[in-house]
Amino acid sequence: MDDEVHGGRSPDGVHQEPVVKYRKVSKSFGSTVVLNEIDLDIYPGEKVAVIGPSGSGKTTLARMLMTLEEPTAGTIEVDGELLWHQEVKGKLVPANEKHLHNVRSKIGMVFQHFHLFPHMTILRNVTEAPIHVQGMSRAEATERALEMLEKVGLSDKVDEYPSRLSGGQKQRVAIARAVVMRPRVMLFDEATSALDPELVGEVLSVIKDLAAAGDMAMMLITHEMDFAGEIADRVIFTDMGSIVEQGTPEQIFERPQSPRLQAFLSRFRQTWFMGGVQEASISAEKR
Amino acid sequence: MWDWSYAFQILPELANVLPITIAATVVGFAAACALGLPLSLARKSNYKAISYLALGWIEFIRSTPLLVQLFFLFYALPLYGISFSPFAAGVLGLGLHYSTYMSEVFRSGIDAVPAGQWEAAKALNFGKRRTWTNIILPQAVPPIIPVMGNYFITMFKETPLLSAITLVELLQTAKAIGSGSFRYLEAFTLVGLLFFLLSYPSSLLVGRLEKRFQRK
Repeated sequence: MDDEVHGGRSPDGVHQEPVVKYRKVSKSFGSTVVLNEIDLDIYPGEKVAVIGPSGSGKTTLARMLMTLEEPTAGTIEVDGELLWHQEVKGKLVPANEKHLHNVRSKIGMVFQHFHLFPHMTILRNVTEAPIHVQGMSRAEATERALEMLEKVGLSDKVDEYPSRLSGGQKQRVAIARAVVMRPRVMLFDEATSALDPELVGEVLSVIKDLAAAGDMAMMLITHEMDFAGEIADRVIFTDMGSIVEQGTPEQIFERPQSPRLQAFLSRFRQTWFMGGVQEASISAEKR
Repeated sequence: MWDWSYAFQILPELANVLPITIAATVVGFAAACALGLPLSLARKSNYKAISYLALGWIEFIRSTPLLVQLFFLFYALPLYGISFSPFAAGVLGLGLHYSTYMSEVFRSGIDAVPAGQWEAAKALNFGKRRTWTNIILPQAVPPIIPVMGNYFITMFKETPLLSAITLVELLQTAKAIGSGSFRYLEAFTLVGLLFFLLSYPSSLLVGRLEKRFQRK
């Protein structure tokens, strides 16, 4: 069992090439080291949850894969292709925009604060990229978008503008907008952290349905431990810029090995039990 | 003293050239927008050289008087074989001059679009051009429409400068009328009045637009 998680094999034991490979990836902002020589493989269809204290670098991990942040050192491969580099005459050089554009098409991302396009209807939010990025016909894009919006339970909102939607609804649109592009890997960057507690559930259930559908690999950066435990094949604990521990949800949540993970989990459980009160007051502040 | 019958007699003559004043404003404003947007994009360019070149151009144009620029376009350029009609030179001068201000207006609109919009566009793999035309500009422009409106009105009131390069617009016509009859009072008063009658309602309209965008 241990071998399955830590070794170079995909979760179902069949030998497969990873869809994403981080190799000695580091990131610093000025003199602050956010990530330090990270090695990480994600297999096709695998669901990886990333947990850890804020500032542990977990969001940066996803943002580098989405090409929103450039690694300071190391390489990332997507589907066997280097993401931030390209080979020119046997030498690795920084990737140009065209190369980034090609590789980026395999990655999709959902943000903490949704970032829907406020000037477009819900339907257009979802059809815009298929039409203008993938070159799909309007009819086909619309059909696919409507299908996606039905899956996330928003068929009745297609003609509304984002400002008329609740946070949970907005996030579900954002999920539909990203998934309709059919990426190989979906990144969820604290997708429920900005939501009122009562709206978290609807978004998590949409993500669960997507996870159950299977074929997409997912990297979920999350503070929802129960959720991580439920859908992840593998949980990764990051702290101070390193992957401190990884394993199945059972291993991580029930038999944590490192003192840092133990401390993190106990701290987390404390705040969890002491109440939704604190959580609720935080989200109230945000509003 | 003020002569009503004389005022009414010259009014049609002034009203006749009003379309020229309005046309100069509209075309000049369109030129200011058309030049201002690329200027603001150049200012934001990742290439330092382009950005500084744009900045230098903006500072240079702003720090020289519009009247001097008009003279240059109309009287100096023909020496190098480039000559314009008074209207073309006037519109070009207004457009060039105000494009430096419009570029700042565009810039403020673009800067007000949240960073998350750029990131979402990138995550959905929109190219540079599509990101601008489909995502950023449609959000950047509506909030700056009132400011653009104010510049439009300001430009309208600057058009009498074009009389200096022989464009027969309102002021030039009034001057001609005055010098013919030696009665300047009515002619210049009417010019002022005509400007007021067009500017004031326009600024009220801009004020309403401003309120509408603030509510959003």
